[in-house]
Amino acid sequence: MVIVLFATLVLTIALLGPTMDRILLEAIRFYVVEQVNQSDIRFANAAERQRYIDGQIELQVKTIGLDEPWYAPKRFTNTVLKVMVLDLGKSNYLTSETGSANVRDIILEKMPKTILLFTTSTLIVTVIGLYLGAFVANRAGSVWDRLNSSFAVFSGSFPTWWVGMLMIFVFAFTYHIFPARATPLTPPSDPAYALDLLYHMLLPLITIVLVAFGSWAYIVRYFVVGILGEDYIAAKRAAGVPENRILYSHALKNAAPPIVTVIALSLASSFGGAITVEAVFGWPGMGSLYYQAIGFLDIPIIIGLTYISTVIFIITVFLTDIIYAYFDPRVKVA
Amino acid sequence: MTVAAEVISRSEIIKEFRRSKSGLAGVVILFGLIMVTIYAVAAIPLESFGQWNNPNFWIDLPKAAAPAWTNLLGSKVPEHIVLTAKDAAVSSSVDGGIRTVTHSYTVNFNYDSYPSDFMLLYSARYGGTQPILQIDVLRPDGNEFQIYFASLPSSQQGSNEFSARVFSTDRQIANNLRNYAGIFEYPQDTSRPHVMIFSDSQQNRVLKGTYVIRETFYFFDPGDSAVNSGVILGGKVYGLMGTDELRRDLAVGILWGAPVALFIGLTVSIAGIIIGLVYGVVAGYKGKRTDEGLMRINDVFYSLPTLPLLVILSVTIGRSIFLITGFLVIFGWVGMAKISRSLALQLKNMQYVEAAKLMGQSDTKIIFKHIIPQLIPLTFASIAIAVPGAILGEAALSFLGLGDPSIPTWGQILHDANSAGAAPRGLWWWIVPPGLMIAITGLAFVLIGNALDAIVNPRSRKV
Repeated sequence: MVIVLFATLVLTIALLGPTMDRILLEAIRFYVVEQVNQSDIRFANAAERQRYIDGQIELQVKTIGLDEPWYAPKRFTNTVLKVMVLDLGKSNYLTSETGSANVRDIILEKMPKTILLFTTSTLIVTVIGLYLGAFVANRAGSVWDRLNSSFAVFSGSFPTWWVGMLMIFVFAFTYHIFPARATPLTPPSDPAYALDLLYHMLLPLITIVLVAFGSWAYIVRYFVVGILGEDYIAAKRAAGVPENRILYSHALKNAAPPIVTVIALSLASSFGGAITVEAVFGWPGMGSLYYQAIGFLDIPIIIGLTYISTVIFIITVFLTDIIYAYFDPRVKVA
Repeated sequence: MTVAAEVISRSEIIKEFRRSKSGLAGVVILFGLIMVTIYAVAAIPLESFGQWNNPNFWIDLPKAAAPAWTNLLGSKVPEHIVLTAKDAAVSSSVDGGIRTVTHSYTVNFNYDSYPSDFMLLYSARYGGTQPILQIDVLRPDGNEFQIYFASLPSSQQGSNEFSARVFSTDRQIANNLRNYAGIFEYPQDTSRPHVMIFSDSQQNRVLKGTYVIRETFYFFDPGDSAVNSGVILGGKVYGLMGTDELRRDLAVGILWGAPVALFIGLTVSIAGIIIGLVYGVVAGYKGKRTDEGLMRINDVFYSLPTLPLLVILSVTIGRSIFLITGFLVIFGWVGMAKISRSLALQLKNMQYVEAAKLMGQSDTKIIFKHIIPQLIPLTFASIAIAVPGAILGEAALSFLGLGDPSIPTWGQILHDANSAGAAPRGLWWWIVPPGLMIAITGLAFVLIGNALDAIVNPRSRKV
């Protein structure tokens, strides 16, 4: 687990290190020249001025250790350790709503909104998927089953963000039911903010659910059909246990372990999808932040978000293993 | 149930595949995409494809025009009208040393709404004295508007050719039109010449009929001449698929997107699956420490967040289409490695593999001659299933604005549409076709892959 985190971090820093150094160097140069221009220091000629500026730049570069390359052991360990303890530094351009440039503050401000949107949608999708999946599994081969399978294949081929654009076109442009941008207009301090946020959340929520629930039902169906063929189900049927009870409490429960795994993994990896979906709707979460950070090349934020999303993913994978063991007694927690 | 018993011959696979309706549907769609590819390569010049991001190349086309066939459905909105010097009636006269050359264009304007804009092209060759260009519009109701009267810029050398275009947004046109505002019974906005010139003077609606647009050059030197002229009335509909905000013909981008998407999808999936196959088989066959080590590396890749890392890779390393393909391969082999490892674990205990081992065959030979050939049918199914992921990955990357800037892809068209606010503005022809193409391409491969998988994969055969 720690190895994976470390690998991601090293990879991210290795990829972004040179660019970050270049940006820092340019910022220092700009800052020094600006300072000299505004100060009262008089120079005899242009050469002396240039010398002074160069001296100042070198001084600053030495102070923050930019004279060594990013992969120098000292700097590298420093960066890795800092990120590992969530000291993510300051952003270059973007700030939080309260005006803080601290990357941790910015991310913590956006995180609840991403979690709100994607946890809610995953929950809805899971409930629909479980019941629809079990329903069609019991009628394998029927019209419903075939309809669901083809819907799953179709919806699985659609990019969610594209469906999002279509939804905006239909529900914001043609019928003015939902707002086109998902960023609420009321300030966060207003008591109506929560309500406004929910209203703005509806369109992205509907989009995600619409695209995802077909594939979900299909996955559930796959596992439940397998369980329904088992002997003990036939025994229950023979014993006269009601069909619905067999389906929803016995079959579904036994199909739970693999389903739980898939749910957890999809929830954890939804951050990748969050980038595009939030960018389409302008939902003010981590994905939008990532999208903006790409636009501004705000590297501390990119590193911070990549790190945090990896942490979330890995923790989820770990928890899933534990939950799996709980549901499936055959697996022992080592 | 052993794997060997499940291995079926090629003819059997084809026979079973023919029976799968969805598989055949996939093949039909794929065939259609290949036809689109052939058509794009044959009919659309590579030049217009390479110039996708050069605004000057597309300047003669209308802005954000709907597909032409929408005219069949509802009201008749103006089509894009391009008139070149060939369509002009040229007349000239000499009057006291001043030579007048007139190019007049006759336009039959019978549409229910105004053109979106207009452009007047001209090109003249002249020496020291600058000629004067005058543009008039004779309307069907008999009114004549002089909309432009200006001298051309002075020439740098002795004799040069100067070409330029007068846009409907030109301030001079608005100034000149102020003289005619009195003709209209209702207030007219002179800053919208494309509306005012084509308006009825009594009611606020389009004045239908025949317009004559005259470009008159006044030359003062005998050697001067008018080389070229033209009139473009910006339509609201254009071509098969319309145009976008930057006047680009969407048909070019969407049709050329097919070969690009097929290239990315197939390259990424074939490379990824083959790497995963060999990797997994080696891990499974060698076992012990090798297996453990290789599978840990696999776990690391499995846990990496794909899209964020793809973004970082393309921000820092580069955005060429080949690099993006390479990045997608980095994440494309992980799943196949797991599957092929588990199958190799079963295969390596087969008697013929053990026999080969006893005969002293090298591990490399056993892996490539005895184990991998058994997994070939599964490989084909996996390749087909992996294609949509690759196409969606590239589309998502392009959608975030990180695609190859020199090649139009469906994702990039959608990126442009999203940043221009196409959805809130209702420009559906800019949004629907590219996304539909992505979905259809993915669908074709999913259908083929699922059909193949149902035949060759022992696990899904059971259900």
